[in-house]
Amino acid sequence: MLARLATFAIDGVEPRQVWVEVDIRPGLPSFTIVGLADTAVRESRDRVRAAILNSRFTFPQTRITANLAPAFLRKVGPGFDAALALGVLAASDQVPAAALRSYAVFGELSLSGDLRDSPGALAVAEGTRRAGLSRLIVPSQRGREAALVDGLEVIAVPTLRAAAEILMGAAPPELSAPSQSPAGAGLAEPDLADVRGHRTPLLALEIAAAGGHNLLLEGAPGTGKTMLARRVVSILPAMGRREAVEVTRIHSVAGLCADGLITRRPFRAPHHTISSAGLVGGGSPPRPGEATLAHHGVLFLDELSEFQRSSLEALRQPLEDGRVTIVRGQRALVFPTRFMLVAATNPCPCGFAGVGDRCRCGEADLRRYRRRLSGPLLDRMDLLVNVERPTELELSSPPVTSSEAARGRIAEARERQRVRLARSPARCNGELDSRALRRHVRLEAGAERVLARAYAAGTLSARGRDRVLRVARTIADLESREQVVAENVLTALSLRQRSSSEEASAWPQAASG
Amino acid sequence: MTIACDRCLARGWLLATLAGHLDPVRSRIDELLALDDHELIDAVGGKAASKLKSTLGDFDAGPLRESVERAGLETICRCDPAFPGGLAALPRPPSALYVAGGRDRCLALIREDPVAIVGSRRPSPYGLDVARSLGRGIACSGVTVLSGMATGIDAAAHEGALAVGGPTLAVLPGPPQRPYPASKRSLHGRILEAGAAISELPPGAEVRRWMFPARNRIIAALGSMTVVVEAGRRSGALLTAAWARRLGRLLGAVPGRVTSPQSAGPNALLACGAELIRDAQDALDAVFGAGVRRAGADSRAELEGDEAELLTAIASGHDTMEALTRAGLEPERALVTLAALELEGYIRRGPGGRFAVLPGV
Repeated sequence: MLARLATFAIDGVEPRQVWVEVDIRPGLPSFTIVGLADTAVRESRDRVRAAILNSRFTFPQTRITANLAPAFLRKVGPGFDAALALGVLAASDQVPAAALRSYAVFGELSLSGDLRDSPGALAVAEGTRRAGLSRLIVPSQRGREAALVDGLEVIAVPTLRAAAEILMGAAPPELSAPSQSPAGAGLAEPDLADVRGHRTPLLALEIAAAGGHNLLLEGAPGTGKTMLARRVVSILPAMGRREAVEVTRIHSVAGLCADGLITRRPFRAPHHTISSAGLVGGGSPPRPGEATLAHHGVLFLDELSEFQRSSLEALRQPLEDGRVTIVRGQRALVFPTRFMLVAATNPCPCGFAGVGDRCRCGEADLRRYRRRLSGPLLDRMDLLVNVERPTELELSSPPVTSSEAARGRIAEARERQRVRLARSPARCNGELDSRALRRHVRLEAGAERVLARAYAAGTLSARGRDRVLRVARTIADLESREQVVAENVLTALSLRQRSSSEEASAWPQAASG
Repeated sequence: MTIACDRCLARGWLLATLAGHLDPVRSRIDELLALDDHELIDAVGGKAASKLKSTLGDFDAGPLRESVERAGLETICRCDPAFPGGLAALPRPPSALYVAGGRDRCLALIREDPVAIVGSRRPSPYGLDVARSLGRGIACSGVTVLSGMATGIDAAAHEGALAVGGPTLAVLPGPPQRPYPASKRSLHGRILEAGAAISELPPGAEVRRWMFPARNRIIAALGSMTVVVEAGRRSGALLTAAWARRLGRLLGAVPGRVTSPQSAGPNALLACGAELIRDAQDALDAVFGAGVRRAGADSRAELEGDEAELLTAIASGHDTMEALTRAGLEPERALVTLAALELEGYIRRGPGGRFAVLPGV
């Protein structure tokens, strides 16, 4: 007898429908799985068998063939267990096969017959709705997550037995209430109100968040670069539901999702030893990298100069296109990567340039260091701010601002940008290219003069000019100005990140090297 | 074109040949270079001495002349009436100078009281700024800026002179057509375009450590004045200063903070009576007499209000954003004013976000 039901494979972060077909024939007892299944899927034979027996069903002592279709798609992981088990039960008439028609089933089985937590439930739920199926069976831990998809009846069950009973007509259990203490709750979220001193870095943080600019923090070890970077997410505008679902889907696939919808923008801080595959995604099967996990949030690269050059080079496409394409065999996978990049670096190899007379780096050391840093990544950094150690007095003084206050100002600035950029592909000033800059940035006469002057002085490259324009536009937005005034351009010039060629013309002795 | 005589070229060949032998005894390099050819061979020639002497006896200058020509160099030997008079003061002047950039141009550069600007290879940003400003100011008045093209102060002085299109001459440790250090290739090219580079070593000689103090004596002898901008206690620039004093040339030094190791050298020179050099005008006054030559005037706009206040704050040591904020300036305002000051050429942002006040001119 033949049973057929739907489940889903995760391909990158996208769901792909897979049909599980189970055929039972008289013959010597055997259980074969075909259809380009990997080791974890083939091992599921033993899990399915034990789970069925431990759920007080009988495992048919005949010839069982299971097929996972389409056959060309590689199936990876244990998420097919539940579907295979229900398929066997349906084919052996222990549950009604007809009932399965409107269901998709997803989950890993334990030998005892429990449905285990499996990553990617939200993606599967989206796939279920797209495939036109109306009901989805998931492990109970994933119920709330899968229920984020509208127009789908999610049935979260703890065991195979419970799943089978629902197919036999039992009432589905209520979805569990939001758990009272999700991971991390109780810990205060990082807030700008925790910051003492650091007035200029705070200003830069606000500008960066308001315009979606990538930000470089430069400062000696222990001055608070990481502390500041962590707080960027707290001042970014709240995520819309679509963004939140997208983020939750990605994190769910990566197995990082605690429970339900992720509402906080992600903050990812990979260690500098990370490979390029780890950063932008890759491997076999391809998995999302840190750049994708930071989608709609902040990617923080601490000790930027320590990262392998190849890893940083790999970030180029994701930064420019907002997505990364990974080609494996005949397939190309696309991972979304729209993040704000915050990087931190020491000002020089010893780290102490600008701190008293402690720095002992020579001209050649500095040049080599800058060269390590330079390149395509620095070209995408609109803002540079130096972070210094706060004084004793500042540490005991009241905070300068709070995330809530900053968020208000930033939301207003973003709204102005949204209106101005309504008919362009960019969503914020940080995403404006040279052409869009000419269209959208109006300079007052004074601002025009200042910019021309800086450009003529030779310390500003054409690309550097674009960076200054973008930032000046954001500062004007924060001040609710339609036109950019000279002060805005000057502030942007002060906060600009200089590429090594610009640095060289400001420092002739470096140019001669 | 005047041709250097064979005997004088032989000396260059000998120095190049003995280059490796001279390195282990470089602490006595001044005495050794004062010896004549045969004495020098006896002193350091070792086993090869007799063979060297016979080769020197019937020295054929042909191949050396060819390589000079191939390298695009010219020569001036001390038998030439045009040979720089300044070098005659040395115990034993170099027999010949190898010139890149044109013999006549080189002689013109040396003719009128060049000023040597020398110093550390690992200077502070302050030293670099001052060296560049001295180079600019001195070159502006048409006086040749003389230095050794080394990383640091030397290069900054040349850069300053080149920035105003003024005359500059580099004295290199090794063959003058080859940039040394190699990282200064672009500077070397620009010096040859606008000025010249010279050396007492012929093409083909490998650069050895003894060549640096040897080169320094030429700088001191050619300059009417030697100005030390920054130099640690053991810096080679102090050897140049010692030569300048020994040859009776003017010696100047740029004062620095007493706590700065790079200023230990010049501060010590000042304590022993060197001229105090605050700007190019001080140096020009010392060489030509007060007010005879004018360094270029400060072309920067006058400052007032916020900008003047901020510049004073930076000059008094509040040289980072945080320090300025602490001194009571609002960061929003300070960022605007800092960029304006930078545009006007009053300050420069260095590594670590530290601002430095730039000297005038």
